[in-house]
Amino acid sequence: MDLELSPQDVAFRDEVRQFIADHLPQDIRDKMRLGQHLEKDDYVRWQKILYKRGWMGVGWPTEHGGPDWSPVQRYIFEEETGLGDCPRIIPFGLRMVGPVIIAFGTDEQKQQHLPKILSSDVWWCQGYSEPGAGSDLASLKTRAVRDNGHYVVNGQKTWTTLAQYADWIFCLVRTDESAKKQEGISFLLIDMKTPGITVKPIVTLDGGREVNEVFFDDVRVPVENLVGPENQGWTVAKFLLGHERTNIAEVGRSKNQLARVKEIAAAEMQNGAPLIEDPRFREKIADVEIDLMALDMTLLRIVSAESAGRAPGPEASLLKIRATEVQQAITELLVEAIGYYANPYVKDAMSAGWNEPPVGPDYAATLAPYYFNHRKASIYGGSNEVQRGIIAKMVLGF
Amino acid sequence: MQFALTDEQRMLQDSVDRFIERDYDFEHRRSLIATDEGFSDTHWKTFADLGWLGVPFSEEQGGYGGGLVEAGLILEAFGRGLVVEPYLWTVVVGGGLLSLAGRDDLLAEVIAGDLHLAFGFAEPQSRFDLADVATRGEKQGSGYRITGHKAVVFNAPSAGRIIVPARTGGAQREAEGISLFVIDPSADGVSVRGYPTVDGLRAAEVELDGVMVGADALLGGEGEGYPLIETTADRATAALCCEAAGVMQTMVASTQDYLKTRNQFGVPLSKFQVLQHRMAELFIHKEQSQSMAYMALVRAGQEDRVARARAASAAKTFVGDKGRIVGQEAIQMHGGMGVTDEMPISHYFKRLTMIDTLFGNADFHRRRFANLSGTARAA
Ligand SMILES: Cc1cc2nc3c(=O)[nH]c(=O)nc-3n(C[C@H](O)[C@H](O)[C@H](O)COP(=O)(O)OP(=O)(O)OC[C@H]3O[C@@H](n4cnc5c(N)ncnc54)[C@H](O)[C@@H]3O)c2cc1C
Repeated sequence: MDLELSPQDVAFRDEVRQFIADHLPQDIRDKMRLGQHLEKDDYVRWQKILYKRGWMGVGWPTEHGGPDWSPVQRYIFEEETGLGDCPRIIPFGLRMVGPVIIAFGTDEQKQQHLPKILSSDVWWCQGYSEPGAGSDLASLKTRAVRDNGHYVVNGQKTWTTLAQYADWIFCLVRTDESAKKQEGISFLLIDMKTPGITVKPIVTLDGGREVNEVFFDDVRVPVENLVGPENQGWTVAKFLLGHERTNIAEVGRSKNQLARVKEIAAAEMQNGAPLIEDPRFREKIADVEIDLMALDMTLLRIVSAESAGRAPGPEASLLKIRATEVQQAITELLVEAIGYYANPYVKDAMSAGWNEPPVGPDYAATLAPYYFNHRKASIYGGSNEVQRGIIAKMVLGF
Repeated sequence: MQFALTDEQRMLQDSVDRFIERDYDFEHRRSLIATDEGFSDTHWKTFADLGWLGVPFSEEQGGYGGGLVEAGLILEAFGRGLVVEPYLWTVVVGGGLLSLAGRDDLLAEVIAGDLHLAFGFAEPQSRFDLADVATRGEKQGSGYRITGHKAVVFNAPSAGRIIVPARTGGAQREAEGISLFVIDPSADGVSVRGYPTVDGLRAAEVELDGVMVGADALLGGEGEGYPLIETTADRATAALCCEAAGVMQTMVASTQDYLKTRNQFGVPLSKFQVLQHRMAELFIHKEQSQSMAYMALVRAGQEDRVARARAASAAKTFVGDKGRIVGQEAIQMHGGMGVTDEMPISHYFKRLTMIDTLFGNADFHRRRFANLSGTARAA
């Protein structure tokens, strides 16, 4: 056992760190530090910078432009971008539909889609969930009926993250109504410009606009946009769920946020002394830091098993549960740290370019909304209850 | 020993519940918080007509001879309906201070529904310490000149008077030497920068830049403000715990309903035992929160300072800790719907979260309780 990085890995880490220092645009870094709203262009700009450097398509085979990193290098990249205030990589293209097309797509699909996913010229969104199909995804009802070289799609998707920015959506649709739940589902790629698609925003509890309803009304999709065999969409979806999930741990990002808790607690006063000197508050920070350490070490064990050639299995569920709990605990500490200044809701202060003096300290404006918003983390991507169910079934054999 | 409500108290709560059911549905609340003022003057007048604004004050002071218990019961019902009208700030806190200081003239305006109040007890550096007052009140002729910054002053944008602690003596965090002043926000040197809060209320940063007030602006004796502040904060804390208990009651009931009606895997979610057990925990939390709130309410109206303070701190700690669990779990069990603005549950969650920040959070009151309780075998 050895907890130290090899000299090559240290060199790689330094290279990534330096690259971020040199190339992450300052305006984006500032927004990230203040927890302000990011525009579409902010994500795309940063992803294109990484693309130019050859660092997009992590986990993709080199023939499709992946950087051919070892599991440890991927870990380092995640950690450094998280620590370095980089926007998260929007996962729908690069981490979801890209790998699906690589594994199941036709040559035409690969040629049409992979280069533009890699270069971030096309924005994808994920159309799985429906009003009646959340945790029970296989009960989805959106129908696709064959007609003359097309599928005619009718139905509704919901919770579609950033669909308002999306050029394409990948969907699970029902192509056989008579089959058992999981067996009549297909995986379709749909151009968002196709007539009959309507996107309606869902406002979240923090006042944000990141999720949408997407309605399909006689939307005609060429049959060439089917990925994998018809009625095998569930297999495709399951592949996606099992694919490279270690990035969900977000360890670097949480380390960064925990450092922020400490910074803020050092600036906030209590009894004439910095809050960070309050033993109880320090111990609360310590609790989260220890949980984060346990997450990090568990992640590294998985990474090291992967390096030895073992594919990650239901460990992804473990990581998802603990990672989101740590993220949420950090948002709680942030709110707690700022006392009364958690209350003001100055919406303009949550975006860049607002010129008035802040209400309270400048770091305060986004913290309560951030806490509220992050309740989502234990709900999306397979809720933490569903993840526990997976561990019970797949690992414990119940 | 008697926990049951009297007939009058029950009728009072029933009438508040009826008002909410009839005139205060969730869409109505949504429209109110979108207005400039953030609440309804018409409702406020109704509260005055129904006697709710005078209920905690004695008949000699122009009130209806109830006490803090009645105010707490009103706030509990307001919590159930997520009412935004500033009853806590104008009646319990502001009215409470006026009543303690014998300012029956201003209290009469409050009871009539003609005057709103705010209390600027927090400062940017004070966190939850009520004695941490940097605002200065310098003697000037027969009056005072007040300078300082009051942070997150609830209801200040609507207030006809703002009550502020200012230091006329003593060092920054000493209880001695704090005086209470009644300030007219239209006076020279007062600036009120209003904003909405994350839970749909209104507050402001209040800057006092050499504001001149007469000796009649003093509430209580010079330098003797702290006991008034502490008493009022304990009472407000008790009343706030009632509001929290009411918020939890609705959150638990709505989540219970949601689990019964939302189907996944071919059955209502309420059929899953892990969720049943979690709901059972929430049920216990909301019941015990109500018990603690009522205890604080009764003790807060009594003379014994330590009994009052211990009860208020115990209740606030309990409600803060359990409120966080109830809030987070209720959202979680709603799935994606829980994080939408559309569902009332998210608004209840935000209110419950912010209640923990007011008058000291759970950790603050845990420490205060421990200090008050000492280490003797029997407390
Ligand atoms: C911010 C956000 C972004 C999202 N983005 C996307 C997206 O881009 N694309 C997409 O397709 N979907 C997206 N989702 C949807 C997400 O995947 C679903 O919300 C999630 O699967 C839960 O489904 P639900 O909301 O219908 O909750 P429900 O399934 O109704 O669950 C409600 C509660 O019951 C629990 N529960 C359900 N079944 C069980 C069980 N068997 N045992 C115990 N507990 C159970 C759940 O864990 C939850 O706590 C997003 C959701 C959110 C909140």
